[in-house]
Amino acid sequence: MSDSICRSEASLTAPIDDIDRAIILATQAGLPLVSDPWAAVGEQVDLSGEEVRRRMALMQEHGVIRRIAAVPNHYRLGYVANGMTVWDVSDEEIDRLGREVARHPGVSHCYRRPRHLPDWPYNLFAMLHGRSRVEVERQAEEIAETLGNACRDHRILYSTRILKKTGLRLAKKTTSRT
Amino acid sequence: MTDVDRHILNRLQDGLPIVERPFAVAAEELDISEATLLERLEALKESGVLSRFGPMYHAERLGGGLTLAAMAIPEERFDAIVEQVNAFAEVAHNYRREHRLNMWFVLATETPERIEETIAAIEAATGYPVYNMPKQEEFHVRLHLPV
Repeated sequence: MSDSICRSEASLTAPIDDIDRAIILATQAGLPLVSDPWAAVGEQVDLSGEEVRRRMALMQEHGVIRRIAAVPNHYRLGYVANGMTVWDVSDEEIDRLGREVARHPGVSHCYRRPRHLPDWPYNLFAMLHGRSRVEVERQAEEIAETLGNACRDHRILYSTRILKKTGLRLAKKTTSRT
Repeated sequence: MTDVDRHILNRLQDGLPIVERPFAVAAEELDISEATLLERLEALKESGVLSRFGPMYHAERLGGGLTLAAMAIPEERFDAIVEQVNAFAEVAHNYRREHRLNMWFVLATETPERIEETIAAIEAATGYPVYNMPKQEEFHVRLHLPV
């Protein structure tokens, strides 16, 4: 599946129904690691494996599922330096430059966000992952070159402690949406 | 971690196809058996190298609200405020970061409207302002860590 690059998503709510919602609840903690995972999910939600597969494929097509993938623990793979880099980029050029920054290897998430002047002048966020802070700083240097004069200032905010990490969870209440 | 594990991690960060017998298809690409792939994935999950394996859902497309928020908390109050903030079920992740804005958390709510209400409730509970930084444009979401 392709990356989601530069899409305005505020109004994009995909059509999911209560059956999709049941599939989401059954799989948000993970997909069963068995030969026919669709049938295994189907057993939990009272659907055929084929129907589960059809609905999940459709959800992926609509972007409700970004992809079905392995999510490694950064630290366990040696990626111990995780820096949120934040950049004060000229409003006129941020759309073009944001896309360029997103192409840098090492960038996992890249977003435009609002400034909060005077405390917070940064409007472009790029998460960087490296095996050391030196590696993250090198990646940040490359981004600084890409941004050139369009960037007035930047910072790297390293995470020093995980305070909570429960992930996103749908509540177990059902609401129909159309 | 073995070379096979590395190949599996590199390949499966890119995604499993939604087809019949998806692990058999991925295993064939990796030149291993389906049974080996499933066994290794289970072991990687067991040992904590994999945080999870499964669908990554797109919160906003499910009709929910999602935002990044930050707070500047004085050092001596930090632990007490963490406890108050984390008590909100809507706080999905929370990180301490090196900056005057030293607490950064993701809020995920059932509806977009609930974001503002939750922020107001956190401000009321803690007495400190919350800087709301919702995404205005998404350029990239793709975590791939080569191993």
